[in-house]
Amino acid sequence: MSTEENGFKSGSNLEKILRAGHFAFTGELGPPRGSNAEEVREKAKHLKGVVDAVNITDNQTAMVRMSSWAASLLIMQEGLEPNFQMVCRDRNRLAMQSDILGAYAHGIKNMLCLSGDHQKFGDHPDAKGVFDIDSTQLIGMVKKMRDESKFLGGAGLENAPKMFIGAAANPFADPFEWRVHRLAKKINAGVDFIQTQCIYNMDKFREFIKRANDMGLTENVYILAGVTPMKSVGMAKYMKSKVPGMDVPDEVIKRLQGAEKGKVAAEGIKAACEQIEEFKEMKGVAGVHLMAIEWEHKVPEIAEQAKVLPRPQF
Amino acid sequence: MIVAKRKPFDEIKEMIKGHKKVLIAGCGTCVAVCLAGGEKEVDVLNAELDMARRLENKPLDTGTITVERQCDVEYLEPFDSKVKDYDAILSMACGVGIQFLAERFPGIPVYPAVDTTGMSANLAVGLYEERCRSCGECVLGMTGGICPVTMCAKGLYNGPCGGTNEGNCEISDDQPCAWFKIYERLATQDRLDCILNIKEPVGWNDQVPRTLVQPGYKKPEKAKNEE
Repeated sequence: MSTEENGFKSGSNLEKILRAGHFAFTGELGPPRGSNAEEVREKAKHLKGVVDAVNITDNQTAMVRMSSWAASLLIMQEGLEPNFQMVCRDRNRLAMQSDILGAYAHGIKNMLCLSGDHQKFGDHPDAKGVFDIDSTQLIGMVKKMRDESKFLGGAGLENAPKMFIGAAANPFADPFEWRVHRLAKKINAGVDFIQTQCIYNMDKFREFIKRANDMGLTENVYILAGVTPMKSVGMAKYMKSKVPGMDVPDEVIKRLQGAEKGKVAAEGIKAACEQIEEFKEMKGVAGVHLMAIEWEHKVPEIAEQAKVLPRPQF
Repeated sequence: MIVAKRKPFDEIKEMIKGHKKVLIAGCGTCVAVCLAGGEKEVDVLNAELDMARRLENKPLDTGTITVERQCDVEYLEPFDSKVKDYDAILSMACGVGIQFLAERFPGIPVYPAVDTTGMSANLAVGLYEERCRSCGECVLGMTGGICPVTMCAKGLYNGPCGGTNEGNCEISDDQPCAWFKIYERLATQDRLDCILNIKEPVGWNDQVPRTLVQPGYKKPEKAKNEE
């Protein structure tokens, strides 16, 4: 059945899960800094049957990696559904649109529209940052391609790429008051789902969601709360001080420091699962996006402990 | 104004190593004000080059000239009689002036002695901060007089991104976040509605060399033999 007939925008598994009112659970996979397909397949194995879709990052932290669409195809061969990430840093509007067509031609149905970390952070700090369009404009471009069968330039295109359109939101970056308005702009641009920055400051996130609920935003977009379990005290401290836009309260670090020797990671997972339990009940939150950074093999265990298994099948 | 900084001395010396007679050309406008390429800086470079080449036993015959503006044909005539005595010109003007000299004297090499770094405001003596990228589609009206094209490291039109860190940009704690400042300024003016709507993708006007003809003027017609 075509997407027009069944009312789905894309017909992706993620869209079906969210539309059916299930609590979504997505994962993430960083492609390798090399061309080894086995490395992607190996990471993917841990996620199969455990998550509804897998974000494939696009040169994350501005480090060169296997391209997002190529790694997306590899995980599709493993029976997983990708959420193809695309940043505005590395491509102009021509390259973006051609990659979207190519990705869709290969069966990719979800994409995440991002500005991208500044190139200064990565391994090519002298690169020219493209930023021809920004993330909000990218959302609008994908929607135009999908719903109007038109390129950004206005010309018609054949066989519109029916993408389920995602974007990010960081409830913790300044100015806090503006964050819901920025979310509203992305919704107006046509975004279907949002995956948030990793959440550690629950008080602030509750306030953000409350404001989004009050403005009626959560009726128009699915919000997946971002969760990254802490592996160690060092990781928590690094996230707090070195990662832009990350809000790690001192209590989070103290909790990990209080864990018994050899059980810090387990405490991190426990804290993450407690968060997930709260998100399941939180009005305006439609699911969780689990970013277990270089910890893919732990995802089944976390999913089990967070009681999100089995995943609904369509 | 346009600001520039002098190139490292060794780079300048290397560029002109094959020449024996070099005319050092200053510009009396922007680069003079920003202390990079005016009459004083021409004299300093002249003395440095003279000394360095004498130490290498390859003396350099130099001359100096500083005109009001190297980017304006009106001021270039004084060069015409001088240039024939030299086998290279070392220009301390901005990129526009350097090219304008090279165009007027196509027979001899013109070298840049400065790197042009942008259009900046003078914050203190010797301190300049870039404020305009001459994008050709000014949005300062909706952004509270703060340029996101210049000040936002990603040049976002619908900022701020998720990397804003206590009012600073993700690239550095020394770089204020343009969109944080835009938000604050518009909030003060009760004009946040200016940025509530999506700014659609812009047409980049700086992708081809731009020509400007003010209203009431026209481009000089090409002479017959040039066509």
